Amino acid sequence: MPRPTHQRLPWAQLLRRGAERRPPGPPRFADVARETLEDTRSRRLRAEAGARLRARRARGRAEEPAWEAMRAEAGEARERALADLEHHLLSFEKAAETRGTRVHWARDPAEVRGIVTDLVVGTGARDAVLTSSATLRETGVARALAGAGVRPHESALADLIAALADDPPTAESRASGRHDRARARETLLRHLPGAPSDLPDDPVVLVEAARDHLRDRLLETAVAITGANFLVAETGSVVLMETEGNARMAATSADTLIVVAGIDKIVASRSDLGVLLRTWSRSATGDPLVPVVTEWGGPDRDGDGPRDVHVVLVDAGRSRALAAPAGRDALRCVHCTACLDVCPVFERVGARPYGSVRPGPIGAALTPLLEGTATARTASLPFASTLCGACADVCPVGVDVPEVLLELRARVVDERRANPVPTPESVAMRSAEWVLGDERRYAAAQATAIRWARLLARAGRIRRLPGLLGRWTEARDLPAPPTEPFRAWWRRRRAADGR
Amino acid sequence: MRIGLFVACVTDSLFPATARATLHLLERLGHQVLFPQGQTCCGQVHHTSGYRREAMTLAARFADVFSGCDLVVTPSASCAAMVRRAYPRFATRDPAVARAPRVLELTEFLVDVADTVDVGAYFPYRVTYQPTCQAPRSPRGDERPLRLLRAVRGLELVELPRAGECCGFGGAFAWKNADTSVAIVADRLRDIGQSGAEVVCASDDACLTQISGALSRLRGAVRALHIAEVLAATEAGPAPAGGR
Repeated sequence: MPRPTHQRLPWAQLLRRGAERRPPGPPRFADVARETLEDTRSRRLRAEAGARLRARRARGRAEEPAWEAMRAEAGEARERALADLEHHLLSFEKAAETRGTRVHWARDPAEVRGIVTDLVVGTGARDAVLTSSATLRETGVARALAGAGVRPHESALADLIAALADDPPTAESRASGRHDRARARETLLRHLPGAPSDLPDDPVVLVEAARDHLRDRLLETAVAITGANFLVAETGSVVLMETEGNARMAATSADTLIVVAGIDKIVASRSDLGVLLRTWSRSATGDPLVPVVTEWGGPDRDGDGPRDVHVVLVDAGRSRALAAPAGRDALRCVHCTACLDVCPVFERVGARPYGSVRPGPIGAALTPLLEGTATARTASLPFASTLCGACADVCPVGVDVPEVLLELRARVVDERRANPVPTPESVAMRSAEWVLGDERRYAAAQATAIRWARLLARAGRIRRLPGLLGRWTEARDLPAPPTEPFRAWWRRRRAADGR
Repeated sequence: MRIGLFVACVTDSLFPATARATLHLLERLGHQVLFPQGQTCCGQVHHTSGYRREAMTLAARFADVFSGCDLVVTPSASCAAMVRRAYPRFATRDPAVARAPRVLELTEFLVDVADTVDVGAYFPYRVTYQPTCQAPRSPRGDERPLRLLRAVRGLELVELPRAGECCGFGGAFAWKNADTSVAIVADRLRDIGQSGAEVVCASDDACLTQISGALSRLRGAVRALHIAEVLAATEAGPAPAGGR
């Protein structure tokens, strides 16, 4: 069998060697995506769930005749909060402490873990209930508590199942599509104390079983740890939005409530809150308002709620992200997950390739902003998008995700410009710039490329391209270019016309 | 009005028939069209790959080459979007970029400027339309290409399931995330199959490179054509039978 043409070309080998060079650290998006694409069951579940959620949201938005105006208003509310963040944070601290809430500041996840662990251990509790929160997962609070001898209990159904199955805390479970009913049944059966062996895989029964288990935990707990959707600077209050209501129940029955929230969760005033609650709900579930909205004003003095309320304000890269305009745009995000369910990339690969608690298009933007672009994984995230813009179309606060990703791509490339040895891609792109800088150079290079391409073609199709270009022909053909490009045809026609 | 034709590099080299069809169509409708020969590239490939510095140099060149035109028409929706979306940002750093005239994607020009919906075309096939994500305005709900296609004699327009979804090309994405890109187009081919169309058309040769590349590898029974080729076809001059 003849070897493919490109293997005989030394320059092609050079190109390929360059392509195999990997920066250090955790794997790139594409490497993990290759694995998750194999999980056809999850792909199917995500596609079905995505279609259902898209339809629900479309119905919800159709009920809001002034949707575009609401989005604009919600975006302005977020912009107002972030533009003067320091001021609003200090207002929040003052207002909260006036009402008896203790406010703590944490620069990074380690400080969050330290503060929360000290607070919980200080109460003497051996158990704590955690509610679903990306910030809690981001900062690794559950594991830190376990290390300090406190049993953490997940309260959201999806998180409970993930925790029981000992899945790494990588993603928003609701959206990760990793647990269908069969797997959920298996997990509950294996790990839930007292689960009957004839447990059916009927979702209603499964939820009931998990709920019995959870309810006891929620009622017994002395310490509840939650995230927050919004922090109101004006009143020092914390707003939580839920579909299951676990956070409200846990926090109401607990003596101590600890809220862990990113500093980006600030809104300036209660008057800004209304439009945000509404656009968030429409975007999260399609409903006019999610079933459970709780605003914690501070410790309860009548004995009907937590006696101690703590708010831990988390920076963890947020102030760094805010320093750039792209960061300020992206941090408007209110974590509704609408962009996940319209993203063609997320639908195929799921949460894991994003390698962070924030998957999907907004995750591809936020993670490199918060963590920097020094690792192979974070540097690959801005490129994990077709830039189709479906995310920007649905975002309730007007984050232009493709623009943020473009900004981050430029940042990644600019950082690599300092490397002593340029990447093959960078050589190719800079050569292309030189070639395209002059129409004669362009026409000459085009003629050469057409000649080579036609040599690679069989029966009008190119089935194998050399080097870096070969990724295209792994599963797609390229047509053989016609001998005469348009510009040559134009010149010929003009000459024939005598013009 | 001096109308310039901008032909993207993919079109120029791989699909020159798109550019010829665009030219024939515009001339048939009575527009005189210039093709400034200094043109090379709008800088989109560099811009979306993160090479902003290089993209800005090419943008300045584009602005200079087309500065003599009142309006530029291009059969590439993503190039039009590049000029309209990125150039104003570039112009704040390099005033030379600000000289670029208005760039319209072909169907935008036909419907909005030339005010023509029936272009006198004849194309007796069952056709579906793949919206181009990067069209200057959002493709979801962009009725222009559909209005133009509905007015073509003999053409039966069929709906593409999950109409707004991307084909998975995304420029550098098609290489950097080849597996995901292929997974997306695989589902798109299923949609195209379900539509029952024998021709799939789009407003950008980049999308069509992806769709036709996958169709070709699988020896699919659907032709991929640029919408310009469909609109340029008449009883006297049908579109080339081979497609791509």
